[in-house]
Amino acid sequence: MPYAICFLLFMVGLYCAVVKKNMVKIVIGIMVMEYAVNLFLIMLGYRFGGVAPILSRSDVNNETGQIMQSFIDNSVDPLPQALVLTSIVISLGSLALLISICVRIYEKYGTFDITEIRRLKG
Amino acid sequence: MIKFLPAFVVIPLLTAFILPLFSKKNKDAATVLANIVIVSLLVLSVLFVNKTGVYVMGQRSIPLGINLVLDGLSSLLLLAISFVSFAAMLFSIRYMEQYTAKTKYLSLFMLMVAGMNGVVLSGDIFNLFVFLEVASIASYSLVGFGCEHEELEASFKYMVLGSIASAFLLFGIALVYGNTGSLNMVYISEIIQQTGMKNGLAFAMALFIVGFGLKAALVPFHAWLPDAHPSAPAPISAMLSGVLIKALGVYALCRIIFNVFGLSIAISWTLVALGVLSMVIGVFLAVGQWDMKRLLAYHSISQMGYVVMGVGLGALIIAEDGSKIWASLAIMGGLFHLINHAVFKSLLFLMSGSVEMATGTRQLKKLGGLGDVMPITRAVSFVASASIAGVPPFNGFWSKLILVVSAVGAGFYWLAGVTVVVSLVTLISFLKIQRYAFLGELPEYLQQVKESKGSMLYAMIFLACLCVFMGLILLVPSLRENILQPAVNVLMSGQGYANTVKTMVQQ
Repeated sequence: MPYAICFLLFMVGLYCAVVKKNMVKIVIGIMVMEYAVNLFLIMLGYRFGGVAPILSRSDVNNETGQIMQSFIDNSVDPLPQALVLTSIVISLGSLALLISICVRIYEKYGTFDITEIRRLKG
Repeated sequence: MIKFLPAFVVIPLLTAFILPLFSKKNKDAATVLANIVIVSLLVLSVLFVNKTGVYVMGQRSIPLGINLVLDGLSSLLLLAISFVSFAAMLFSIRYMEQYTAKTKYLSLFMLMVAGMNGVVLSGDIFNLFVFLEVASIASYSLVGFGCEHEELEASFKYMVLGSIASAFLLFGIALVYGNTGSLNMVYISEIIQQTGMKNGLAFAMALFIVGFGLKAALVPFHAWLPDAHPSAPAPISAMLSGVLIKALGVYALCRIIFNVFGLSIAISWTLVALGVLSMVIGVFLAVGQWDMKRLLAYHSISQMGYVVMGVGLGALIIAEDGSKIWASLAIMGGLFHLINHAVFKSLLFLMSGSVEMATGTRQLKKLGGLGDVMPITRAVSFVASASIAGVPPFNGFWSKLILVVSAVGAGFYWLAGVTVVVSLVTLISFLKIQRYAFLGELPEYLQQVKESKGSMLYAMIFLACLCVFMGLILLVPSLRENILQPAVNVLMSGQGYANTVKTMVQQ
């Protein structure tokens, strides 16, 4: 069920990016898509009642030096979180560029409406 | 030797952040530095021909750590990237003088090269995505580099579609991670061999085809290319059409389909269909264009169709358990056309830049008679047009010949027919360029036009020589065995890729 809602969020973003005529709304749609993907990645690694994947002294067996089975069973997967951090940084970079291009286009054309920004065709 | 592999990413990345530190007065020093870096990458990529190996980042072994993989396909793409970026960089020494922010341009250029090298070397699916974004974001800003109305509009369009493609790819990567628990291509491939294609993986495959198809501008996803490529400065158009759509789109698509997910008849037909659609629709849209660079951009779509069609035909023959010889011939034709297209299309874009700089326009109707005043530009444009149209003995002829022969050999006569017809239409549209730009009367307002000088000419002559002699890669057995055949073998081995990489790690 959470996955379905996440997919719905992705689709809302895609719809917004494809259908809307205002450039800023298109940018918002793209960002909604990217956040939906980030949310999906986080959910992949999540466990109900899970603990943070940080090893404390009590999680290690003092005699054998091995990690307790309970920690392995309960901790969430840290890898998707690392991926999401990377992808947030990437989407921040592309968001900054997108918005700055929007601003430059507004300076040139005086409008955010993409139906009026049509010098290229063919 | 293999321990120098990260240099392909590290050197341009480092240079990219050093270059903006040069002030406007020192931009000559910055240009020299950028050229030295690109030449050293060229030398390095030639040294790595026919070498294979895995570079493991940090101290972790393959399932945990990140690794760079060099095999035949990667080294073929590295060669193409280095040669084209060398020519484009040489060309921009003089061409980019008309823009104000040259050091920023050089820096973005380096970022793009670093991203592309990273994409072709990465052995890890998420790393591939990160490098792909590095290259894409650099190319978005380079497309809008002129900051005029059209350039900004094209850049915005390109960026919206590119960001949607990236979101699709990341979604696909997340699905793959959820279904296999690994991000390393070797391990994903092994797990898929054990469990087969689950529904989630099939959905991820569809997302990858759409995402990489958008990056490669195959036909249902091509809308951004005819705007973006003409709007960029000429050397960047050459880089975008020459290597970016190949490294980010076709290479990644081939790697994922052949080596990671494995072939099936449905996917192979999808590839063939995308290829044929791109070939036919691209070329017919191209014939009607009057803007020189726009015409060239539509031809990029059409020629990428050849590459995808060749590779897809090979995949189809393998998936149907057909003859291995025709399959490997078809794949060889596709990959050979990939590097040929990298050379002649970047030459054509550089030529259009030379014409545009000399005359100030790229509308074919306003040009004419340039053959007399720009003899060298005319000569290189003739070589490049003959190559792209498949006139013997230039390089485009050989790759198209292999494609036709393999299609006939495997019994797909209609594919061979389509290939020949598209080639003829290509010839017509390039006759149009020759006729309207270089022959006929020189108009009154173009009397003052002079041939471009210096580095621009050297870059074009370098690529034109490559166009003439690249047929030798196919005809001389030792070159073929060292450059083309390893790349074909990588794709032919399919999911055997996993074992190959594992044995390379142990060495």
